[in-house]
Amino acid sequence: MAYDYDKSIRPGKLPHIWCPGCGHGIVMKGLIRAMDTCGLDRKNTAIVSGIGCASRLPGYLDACTLHTAHGRAAAFATGVKMAKPEMTVICCGGDGDGTAIGGNHFIHACRRNIDMTYVIMNNFIYGMTGGQFSPCTPTGAKASTTPYGNPDPVFDISKLAIGAGATFVARTTAAHPREIDKLITMGIKHKGMAIIEVLDDCPTTYGRRNKFRSVVDMMKHLKANAVPAVAASKLTAEQLQGKFLTGILFQEERPEYCAQYAEVIKKAQA
Amino acid sequence: MSSARLEVIERNCKGCSICVEFCPKNVLEMDVFLVKVARPEDCIKCMQCELLCPDFAIKVHDA
Amino acid sequence: MAKKVALLQGNQACAAGAMYAGCTFFAGYPITPSTEVAEELSISLPTIGGKFIQMEDEIAAMAAVIGASLTGAKSITATSGPGVSLKQELIGYACIAEVPCVIINVMRGGPSTGMPTGPGQSDVMQAMWGTHGDHAAIALVPSSVQEIFTETVRAFNLAEKYRMPVQVLFDEIVGHMRERIVFPEPGELEIINRAAPTDPPETYKPYDATKGQVPPLASFGSGYKFHVTGLNKAADGFPTTKAEYVDAEERRQVNKVNDHAAAIESNEEYLTEDAEVLVWAYGSTARSARYAVNELRKEGIKAGLFRPITLWPFPAKRTAELAKQCKAIVVSEMNLGQMIHEVERAAKGNCTVVGEFRVDGEPINPGQIAAKVKEVM
Ligand SMILES: Cc1ncc(C[n+]2csc(CCOP(=O)(O)OP(=O)(O)O)c2C)c(N)n1
Ligand code: SF4
Ligand code: SF4
Ligand code: SF4
Repeated sequence: MAYDYDKSIRPGKLPHIWCPGCGHGIVMKGLIRAMDTCGLDRKNTAIVSGIGCASRLPGYLDACTLHTAHGRAAAFATGVKMAKPEMTVICCGGDGDGTAIGGNHFIHACRRNIDMTYVIMNNFIYGMTGGQFSPCTPTGAKASTTPYGNPDPVFDISKLAIGAGATFVARTTAAHPREIDKLITMGIKHKGMAIIEVLDDCPTTYGRRNKFRSVVDMMKHLKANAVPAVAASKLTAEQLQGKFLTGILFQEERPEYCAQYAEVIKKAQA
Repeated sequence: MSSARLEVIERNCKGCSICVEFCPKNVLEMDVFLVKVARPEDCIKCMQCELLCPDFAIKVHDA
Repeated sequence: MAKKVALLQGNQACAAGAMYAGCTFFAGYPITPSTEVAEELSISLPTIGGKFIQMEDEIAAMAAVIGASLTGAKSITATSGPGVSLKQELIGYACIAEVPCVIINVMRGGPSTGMPTGPGQSDVMQAMWGTHGDHAAIALVPSSVQEIFTETVRAFNLAEKYRMPVQVLFDEIVGHMRERIVFPEPGELEIINRAAPTDPPETYKPYDATKGQVPPLASFGSGYKFHVTGLNKAADGFPTTKAEYVDAEERRQVNKVNDHAAAIESNEEYLTEDAEVLVWAYGSTARSARYAVNELRKEGIKAGLFRPITLWPFPAKRTAELAKQCKAIVVSEMNLGQMIHEVERAAKGNCTVVGEFRVDGEPINPGQIAAKVKEVM
């Protein structure tokens, strides 16, 4: 019955710093369940993040945790994984962290297909700094720096990851908790770069500016507009308007980076 | 089905009311900023409250 | 057995020094005039099972180096001014998180793209003050190919000993110059490895000042689970804003270097015992300065040379002593006057301090320095 999260959380670290209703907590629980399902030895698991509310996640988990600088998680994680490929490496962070300041590292980690799992919590906003727009803020939406509505077009993180070469790309939402751990589990088991985009809520800086009456409203919105990718083919473009596809969006087998480098070592030593 | 015992870890609960709203059986209620188990006998142990609570504040046990 | 001798370029000697020091990880991004360091290590690292990775930019390279170092690998990156500018935020990260690593800066001219193939010495203040926030810095400035080798080894030693980033700066002239180098035998140069934690994983605290000014750093994947962050933190590594912790930690991290400045310091003095005028120069400029000193001595001018090999922490004590002994100090550097400010500060008005600078992409020649010395005498 009740899930034992406590054994994965560092003693005395709860309650966490996130606001009431912030979806990051739901994602963290999903991540814990996935790590348990995969039977990860936390001594050999590195959890690496950047800066932002989402990036505070590693501090709560009893593992080798690395809270880096804004946007740099994937690059730090690449160093960890390259130097010690036997470690399981998980990245996590926000949409701003991963696709704005960290966009370059994000796409290149995807391109290398280095074996790690990147859980990107897309709450459509820069939460930590008080709600400025991110590359994922919907066009027209209100943020503290888009008082007249956001003029910027939006990044589709999953498409970006697929385009950049990630070999496992999936999306779900904070309102689909069981899918979170299912997809992260698959990501961890996948050999190569796995991107798990979790559409998330930030009631504090996004919700209140964008006509969501409460966090429950935001969660309902996420629940109502998720369309499983497998069902999407049966729907018309019109029916898909405003919806987001969830589930596994892309999967392929391609040589993994550390394995490729092991070949380099073989050649150098021959 | 055996009944459930719902445990609220008050220290962690931030009163977001997600569990209250997503409980299919209306078991939970908000008591100002804290969740209250109002009708435990109606719980069907679907786990939604526990899964969706962002704050590790509610647990569903077998009674 | 005769020692191995070779004709090497400075940048190649740097790579060889890294290998000698036990480096197993390089991450970088190509930039003139440092690229040969990367090229060499791309060949040699995999031969010992080490890792070489060319990252998407210098920020990523710095990040990867810190990440790799946290697994216990002796790690290095090499770049030039524009790249060092990009790395600055993460150099600060390595300072506050106390992660050993070595950063090579083969200096060129300019701000910005400047003169990619021309020499410069204008990143020397940046080496100390480039990253934001209070922090200590160690920077070494070799002036020959042989010394690039030994100072690269020493940079690793200092990085591991003091748990921090250490920079090695040499100008393009030394980086690209070919000289004979005698390879030290294994064991001939001291190699310092990271202190292993004395506490078991259950009680280990990565910033526990009771373990000394430099608490031991465990490695990821070695049985220890701990947290690393760029936030101000308490002994256990977790963020804190408590004034007493923040203050104590910031001071410890600066004092761990300042309290050991004498041990970190390394200088060369040439004809300083009876010097009446001192040339203060480092890197390739010091080579010209030495020549100038010889010429001046032939003319009966009692000139001497002070050449810092450790630039940061600044050799304030010895500079101050020489300022009392000499009538004048000529500080010569390939910039518009950077270290001269520190020399003036140390001299405290006890002698005249003048500069002989050059930023046109040409090396400072001995004649220039000698002329300046005569001018002040
Ligand atoms: C170099 C740098 N630039 C800017 C910041 C300020 N900053 C901190 S967090 C953040 C945005 C975080 O947004 P996101 O990654 O989407 O995560 P969230 O807080 O929404 O979970 C910004 C801009 C910083 N810490 N470092
Ligand atoms: S500001 Fe937004 S993202 Fe940050 S903790 Fe609060 S709800 Fe979560
Ligand atoms: S387990 Fe389901 S039915 Fe029971 S309280 Fe939770 S949400 Fe309601
Ligand atoms: S979801 Fe959790 S934090 Fe929110 S009200 Fe319910 S128990 Fe409290």
